[in-house]
Amino acid sequence: MLVATRARPSSRSAGKDGLAASLDVRHVTVTYPSGVKALDDATFALGPGTIAGLVGVNGSGKSTLFKAIMGFVRPSAGEVRIAGLSVAEALKRNLVAYVPQGEEVDWSFPVLVENVVMMGRYGRMGFLRIPSAADRAHVDAALERVGMSAYRKRQIGELSGGQRKRVFLARALAQQGLVILLDEPFTGVDVKTETEIIALLGELRQAGHLMLVSTHNLGSVPDFCDEVVLLKRTVLAAGPTATTFTEANLERTFGGVLRHFRLAGAKLHADDDARTVTVLTDDERPVVFYGEPKADTEPLSREKDDEAP
Amino acid sequence: MSELLVPFAYDYMLKAMWVSALVGGMCAFLSAFLMLKGWSLMGDALAHSIVPGVAGAYLLGLPFAAGAFIAGLLAALGMAFVNQRTALREDAVIGLVFTAFFALGLLIVSINPTAVNVQAIVLGNILAISDWDALQVVVIAVVTLAILLLVWKDLAAMFFDAAHARSIGLPVARLRLLFFTLLAAATVAALQTVGACLVIAMVVTPGATAYLLTDRFERLLAIAVGIGIATSFLGAYASYFLDGATGGVIVTLQTLVFLAAFVLAPKHGLLARRRRAAEPTGRAP
Repeated sequence: MLVATRARPSSRSAGKDGLAASLDVRHVTVTYPSGVKALDDATFALGPGTIAGLVGVNGSGKSTLFKAIMGFVRPSAGEVRIAGLSVAEALKRNLVAYVPQGEEVDWSFPVLVENVVMMGRYGRMGFLRIPSAADRAHVDAALERVGMSAYRKRQIGELSGGQRKRVFLARALAQQGLVILLDEPFTGVDVKTETEIIALLGELRQAGHLMLVSTHNLGSVPDFCDEVVLLKRTVLAAGPTATTFTEANLERTFGGVLRHFRLAGAKLHADDDARTVTVLTDDERPVVFYGEPKADTEPLSREKDDEAP
Repeated sequence: MSELLVPFAYDYMLKAMWVSALVGGMCAFLSAFLMLKGWSLMGDALAHSIVPGVAGAYLLGLPFAAGAFIAGLLAALGMAFVNQRTALREDAVIGLVFTAFFALGLLIVSINPTAVNVQAIVLGNILAISDWDALQVVVIAVVTLAILLLVWKDLAAMFFDAAHARSIGLPVARLRLLFFTLLAAATVAALQTVGACLVIAMVVTPGATAYLLTDRFERLLAIAVGIGIATSFLGAYASYFLDGATGGVIVTLQTLVFLAAFVLAPKHGLLARRRRAAEPTGRAP
């Protein structure tokens, strides 16, 4: 299995007030007024210095989970604790930063890049939101860190998809959130930007932040995620990538939705090696498993078995 | 020369000019948010919805502002309610609710013809505004502008990215309610100045014009408010000579400013775009 192993920090705290980043989702059920149960008894826990991948099909409850963590929807049962605090208290202390996918953001809005990043500081400013020298310094540092200083006077809509992502990441940095939620950060982004974003997430992990990253990009999950949360209305599995991000679990998560290729036998090896190559993809970067097939990894979808893509 | 100063010699003209300028500035401030949000027609809808409030208030001898404000707020809440509880599209809901209110207003006026002059509501009558009504308008405008000056950054953050605004602890639902309350108040004031039909221009055109002139929100606000104040003051002033309805003159002026910006704006104007398109090495806008 291609799981990158990385040294984890000794769970250093990134926070002031002696708070350490943590996210504790306990038996959370969310039912919308229409009667749709978007999340059912979801439970998982994440600690400081973690990059966690949130994986599931569209409609599996990823965005509902984000909304519950940010307090947009109130769970009908269960609760979310952030750094040991209630959601409302955590938001008040600016502990949660959100990097949007971008669909709900108004790109034609007349704001410059530096204005957007400064908005990350609003929660820490006074009532009139007048930036202090410290606020400006944080904005400068955040822009520098994501490599967008040269674009600070540009209107946000003039940027490319990858640049916009970096600006929103800078806003999250300026906000100094302990817990950072990233909604599909690699969608519409070139490979270079993706690599840069992943490197930046690595730095934040060293600083003790906790990042929850929803992604369809299955192939990159083992490259940068320490933990994964597999979602399908409820949490099917959550834990270290090495033991949780398995073919069997992915089949359960995606049940027939994914493209599935398996190479084995004579098509793969000249000798009678029993190992196989399995490729799972939902048309972004695929995830590849190689090794002895286990009894429980029998694919549910045999759409294109024994066929090279 | 002294001919041009004549309007300043009349109290009613002075009053009309200053009240118009104040209302123009307030509406322009709100226009910056409205047109960015694609809610421009909300202004029109609210202006028509407050007609029964005004008619009812005159009928009962209450301050017109109170009646108008209550009607406007009811309309806004009604739209939000119907929008939430049905799958109807927003424009259908707005059209449904505001025409219902406007029709009720016309009904009240036609049953009690003495209560208030319909023409005054639909076209405005700033030149003939009573001191008491003028005072109400001034109080509304000053309070609205003061609140806007305090919260415009939060409103901008919310309108730009509501999810982020909420995640940094801004009370998004309360801010939205505040915005619609202020909008209802502004349309009440504007009703007196330009009339129900033209309120929409007051809460759209200055912001739309400023949008063509800058990419910074704070500058957009300043430009929009400047345009609103100047055109409203000059419009009231010019209506003395043109002998035309004040509202018509003000909105015509605003439209002229918009057209100038549309053609001449340094970055987003027609000529600038054409010039950029002609450049062989033109950069992306």
